[in-house]
Amino acid sequence: MLTTKTARIFLKPPVFLICLLPFFFILTDSIELTGNLGANPIENIQDRLGNWGLRFLLLTLAISPLRKLTGQIWLTLFRRMLGLFTFFYVLMHFLTWLILEQNIYLPAITEDIITRPFITIGFLALLILLLLASTSTNNIQRKLQKKWYAIHRLIYAASILAVWHYWWQVKKDITEPLIYVFVLSILLLYRIWIKYLSRKN
Amino acid sequence: MLIKQPSTIKSFEITSEKNYLNRRKFIQSSTLIGGSILSNNLFGANLPEKPFAELSDIKSSIYSTDEKINNFLDVTSYNNYYEFGLDKDDPYKNSKDFQSRPWSIEVTGEAEKTGIFNIEDFIKPYLLEERIYRMRCVEAWSMVIPWVGIPLANVIKAFKPLSSATHVRFETLHDRERMPGQRSRVLKWPYREGLTIAEAMNPLPLLAVGIYGRALPNQNGAPIRLVVPWKYGFKGIKGIVKMSFIKGQPKTSWEMAASNEYGFYANVNPKVPHPRWSQARERRIGSGVFASKQPTQLFNGYGEQVAHLYDGLNLRRHF
Repeated sequence: MLTTKTARIFLKPPVFLICLLPFFFILTDSIELTGNLGANPIENIQDRLGNWGLRFLLLTLAISPLRKLTGQIWLTLFRRMLGLFTFFYVLMHFLTWLILEQNIYLPAITEDIITRPFITIGFLALLILLLLASTSTNNIQRKLQKKWYAIHRLIYAASILAVWHYWWQVKKDITEPLIYVFVLSILLLYRIWIKYLSRKN
Repeated sequence: MLIKQPSTIKSFEITSEKNYLNRRKFIQSSTLIGGSILSNNLFGANLPEKPFAELSDIKSSIYSTDEKINNFLDVTSYNNYYEFGLDKDDPYKNSKDFQSRPWSIEVTGEAEKTGIFNIEDFIKPYLLEERIYRMRCVEAWSMVIPWVGIPLANVIKAFKPLSSATHVRFETLHDRERMPGQRSRVLKWPYREGLTIAEAMNPLPLLAVGIYGRALPNQNGAPIRLVVPWKYGFKGIKGIVKMSFIKGQPKTSWEMAASNEYGFYANVNPKVPHPRWSQARERRIGSGVFASKQPTQLFNGYGEQVAHLYDGLNLRRHF
């Protein structure tokens, strides 16, 4: 069994680099010599960043169940890192929308956030992730103690909002959003089930 | 995971923009000289069988815009054609093997002349025209495309619709073998679209058989498709096999799929948002990553030609 110490030394650096790969490929695709982003590059960048934000969010949520099921304590080591990568990709997704899609044109931005429900809930999810990311250091965790856990349970709300945001923006074919709904349901139902078991005992 | 798009269009098949513009100049000057000879219809439109094959005897049109034309690759690799898949590069990837010959078009319903015509005979009586139109997708992006085709109004007149006909309905080929996207139930097949007779008789709608002076590529709706420049792109039904003159407003595919989001009229209108997104501005494809979106125009800027069709109609209700 892997100890947390060896995992930190040998696994954490490569996993960190792997998490950066999607971003790296978006960058290389943006350069004409090394790739291309198709006819609508902004949509391409925005969709890919958003998709990776969702994937990292689900990966983050998968850590605790995996640890419980496999007994591999060191997995917890990756939870914060994956959570911060979630925030990174979601933030880049948001900035792409803000700068490239909306050209920081404030009337359009505020109108969209207020009147388009799918943007409203996406924005809410971003705000939650911002709160979680900014309270993620050991220091703050120690200071907030029990409150910290209460705050960080907001990730469940953020994950539901994020998948919903994706579902609402597709034009017609909801196959892909459904996959995210399915995975998220398993991750959340597992937690409810564990809770139910512990209550019973 | 580099996503490279395989190039099915050989580079020599792509007309360089410079050559293309030169050819346009040539076409324009030659129609000035030859126009009078051609106009008596002795030589009707000839439609080559192969996609990308060069079309001849194309006349220019006063309805063309002089805005910058989108490049060939954007127009042929980024569009919606659910019959070949749902992603915007799917039509390009999945329509390679599509055979658009033999092809016939059935004309039925309330008209003096009806029947089944093969595509060559169908367009033979008319002259090909180039129409450079703005194309505004309901998804808030737009392009400028040099279509080649025949004005729909001329075709409608030739079939002599009865006074009882109020609308004309179009249908796309329904063939799950040839159009793999139809195996999904994302829309009700065949794809259906329609216009009022008055809309169809307007000089703008075009039955397109080509782009960039060449026969229509499969992914753009070969061998024949509709182009209605003042409406959202989904009104431009592709791979047409049937045209019916009918009494009453037909149900269209997108209306059947989500009637609260897509209406029969589907006129481009910046003031009527899609329930989920704004239609006030649009992204012009090919304008670059740092370009701003541009304001969308009522009727996509074709109000002068078409606004009168909707006098007294509540455009918010009849979206």
